[in-house]
Amino acid sequence: MIQAEMAEMADAGYTTADGRKIGGIVMEMKNITLRFGGVVAIKDISFDIREGEIRAIIGPNGAGKSSMLNVINGFYHPQEGDIFFHGKKRRSLKPYQIAEQGTARTFQNIALFKGMSTLDNIMTGRITHMKTNLLDQMLWWRSAEAEEVANREVVERIIDFLEIQAIRKTPVGRLPYGLQKRVELGRALAAEPKLLLLDEPMAGMNVEEKEDMSRFILDVNDEFGTTIALIEHDMGVVMDIADRVVVMDYGKKIGDGTPSEVRANQAVIDAYLGVAHD
Amino acid sequence: MLYRESGDFKTSYAKDQQTFPIAFDRAGYFATLAFAVLVVPFLINDYWANAVILPFLIYAIAAIGLNILTGFCGQVSLGSGGFMAVGAYAAYKLMTSFPDMSMIFVILLSGGVTALVGILFGLPSLRIKGFYLAVATLAAQFFLVWLFNKVPWFYNYSATGMINAPERSVFGQAITGAEASPVTSYLFCLGFAFILAWVARNLTRGVNGRKWMAIRDMDIAAEIIGVNPLKTKLTAFAISSFYVGVAGALLFTVYLGSVEVGEAFGVGKSFLILFMIIIGGLGSIFGSFAGAAFMVLLPVLLKNIMVGQFGWATDLAAHFEFIIVGGLIIVFLILEPHGIAQLWRITKEKLRLWPFPH
Amino acid sequence: MSAEFYFGVEVFLNGLMAGVMYSLVALGFVLIFKASGIFNYAQGVMALFAALTLVGFQNGQIPFAHLINAIFGTELHHFGWHMPAFLAIVCTLLVMIAFAYIVEFLILKHLVNQEPIILFMATIGLAYFMEGFGDLMWGSDIKKLDVGIPQGGNFWLEENTAFLGGDNFYGFYLDNLDIVAAILAVFLVSGLVAFSQYTKTGRALRAVADDHQAALSVGISLRTIWVIVWSIAGFVALIAGIMWGTKSGVQFSLSLIALKALPVLMLGGFTSIPGAIIGGLLIGVGEKMFEFLIGAPYLGGATENWFAYMLALLFLVFRPQGLFGEKIIERV
Repeated sequence: MIQAEMAEMADAGYTTADGRKIGGIVMEMKNITLRFGGVVAIKDISFDIREGEIRAIIGPNGAGKSSMLNVINGFYHPQEGDIFFHGKKRRSLKPYQIAEQGTARTFQNIALFKGMSTLDNIMTGRITHMKTNLLDQMLWWRSAEAEEVANREVVERIIDFLEIQAIRKTPVGRLPYGLQKRVELGRALAAEPKLLLLDEPMAGMNVEEKEDMSRFILDVNDEFGTTIALIEHDMGVVMDIADRVVVMDYGKKIGDGTPSEVRANQAVIDAYLGVAHD
Repeated sequence: MLYRESGDFKTSYAKDQQTFPIAFDRAGYFATLAFAVLVVPFLINDYWANAVILPFLIYAIAAIGLNILTGFCGQVSLGSGGFMAVGAYAAYKLMTSFPDMSMIFVILLSGGVTALVGILFGLPSLRIKGFYLAVATLAAQFFLVWLFNKVPWFYNYSATGMINAPERSVFGQAITGAEASPVTSYLFCLGFAFILAWVARNLTRGVNGRKWMAIRDMDIAAEIIGVNPLKTKLTAFAISSFYVGVAGALLFTVYLGSVEVGEAFGVGKSFLILFMIIIGGLGSIFGSFAGAAFMVLLPVLLKNIMVGQFGWATDLAAHFEFIIVGGLIIVFLILEPHGIAQLWRITKEKLRLWPFPH
Repeated sequence: MSAEFYFGVEVFLNGLMAGVMYSLVALGFVLIFKASGIFNYAQGVMALFAALTLVGFQNGQIPFAHLINAIFGTELHHFGWHMPAFLAIVCTLLVMIAFAYIVEFLILKHLVNQEPIILFMATIGLAYFMEGFGDLMWGSDIKKLDVGIPQGGNFWLEENTAFLGGDNFYGFYLDNLDIVAAILAVFLVSGLVAFSQYTKTGRALRAVADDHQAALSVGISLRTIWVIVWSIAGFVALIAGIMWGTKSGVQFSLSLIALKALPVLMLGGFTSIPGAIIGGLLIGVGEKMFEFLIGAPYLGGATENWFAYMLALLFLVFRPQGLFGEKIIERV
């Protein structure tokens, strides 16, 4: 049957033009509706995210993009709709449980722990991997020190990857904005997530910094095979690095497809992209 | 130049993470320890023990406890006095119900009981934050003091409502009661202080400490990266209350000997310990000791200078104490929220180059 | 109806009166919190300090007499005059305004962007400081405060309600002082609400309470507003100090009222002026009725020490913003 074949195809994934392997559907949002009191932030939105792809979520301010990420995180609970994770319907989970399943994110307004250094902040990303029990920690015996050192090694590799060795011990509150964003990315990467959510990672950056950040995002996807969903305003970046795009406006989905498909979509042009004038 | 750090390279992560990475610090630490164990027992006398050293050690333990909860985990508590009372009364009931129980166990179990009470009163912290939580802890404070006053079972139905520590010994040496010598009391408290400080250091430098600090700095982000807020906050309450309970038990059994709950463990005590960690440094074990030393020494110093030297009335000294403490709180909060601990760190930084300017 | 019932009603009425007294203190808290997000733990001590200063002016005390005598070996205590009550109140008010200026200049200005908990702890420091300072300035012995407010039971009320409840009931006993306090509170609250809603400064105050940055951007001077607010709070503290001081003498325990005001604010909401009154009444009545009905007969009494807090705790868990406060929403 055609449907079964299509389903099979969908599950198996495909290979992109430049040889990256995109897998089956890892997360699917079905008919999500999110309300705050009288305000409808997200109205009946459905889309999916495939394993290993870079999925961009774009749209004008106030479209509900950050709220969408918060729903994926489990921070907001939609009044209607379901989320399917690897084909199974996800129960209403708490954010830390979702983090344990392998989701990590960065925030629009940088949510670093201001009282800690860069190193400590990125080490917090390893929390879901550190399992030494309380008693062992209190006495600092058996696995306590070994686990600490092992995780330190992982974090140091990420520090190398992001080229932030020099600011390891600096309290993050003192770092310039661009570096703080990089540290936050480091913290998210430290969790070795299967799904990485990036909320406007390029906000407030100049062209050079954007190039650096784009490179990091592509490298992460390439080296670790991490699935990435990112909210972004810069269309140039989106066109360059995204595999597929979801377009939101006033809480509704108005476009879904590859960057070129979305760019040609009239509704998207009317709402968001605008038309080039001579 | 005095404070050498160059040439002291770390060759492993373990070495980088140790408590005193700089050799100079390590030497200083061991020297202090040696002094405390080998020299002080021969110099100590009743006056020093009672006026300064015993309260310093005991309040340091309480300060570490409150620092864990407030300084590291960001949960403000104004109920420390009440929790110290829990420790004291638990010790009393244990001592009178189980006369053969070793004092070490009594103290540890009192801490355990206080930890359980702490978990109970920590439950609201899951829904309320900041100084709303402070108010909830005040509720705990007033309720606990009332409880120990009103329910006669706690003070074994005695007529006065006061509790007295029966005589006990450890390893054949009297620890409580009139026979206890300052040396034994001192070593007993020193042992607890040292071990508890070491455990606190281990907890705060590992993943637990980071979980606490994450909750303190931004609890929503912390939850999103995988910190279980319920477990983490309640763990902070439990461990903090354990420390405060131990301090309360020690205060009652070894230091005061007899206690009236409103006087010894009233809300003023809660503020005292809070001031210790603000002045000493929030989020610092060393700061807990520094703050405790400061708050214990200040009234003694003021009294010695004002009453002893100038011959002023004692109430003048008390007024000045309030003024100085209140003023210092404000000054520290404005200038150096990390307290004496941070000032100490900055001094050491300066000493790395002194006398060269840069 | 039995005498028991009327005793109960009397307890209720006295609860209302006690509640009004709490509200007077709570009002000061609400004002400062509304305008600056600071919970001013020192409000209670401000009431004490205001009362001490008032008595000091009235009796012509020399400030810091005790200290001066200790340093110079002199024996000074009084200037020798007696100030009429009204003038003393005006002078004290000027002192409280000066206090507001100094607090803004030395403390508030430096802690502008800190978290609320740091500001709260700073006010605890301020409270301790003012406690010591007030004692040093005017002496820590208990003083009697008398500005001419009638005291003692209201005979008229007592006589005219004695007919209720039969032989064992002697009429409602309400203290004149409490009645005066209630009337004052009504005027104060109406005045403050009118000020907040209808005057330019009141509007500026609400703007500052809402968003510091936005208020700055429309040209409102944060610092001026804070001085005004702390002055008004000082005035309210003075009223509270006069009422409480007349009732129980001017002494250290006056400052502990701050602790009682906290549950009032929990119930009424930290940002609501009418809420401070309603919260105060609820706590006052709740305390007294609980003690009367349950505390004294079954729990051994003295439950007033903690009842207010337990009630506040329940509110904190189920409705943290209180009855009238603004809901707290957190976003990421």
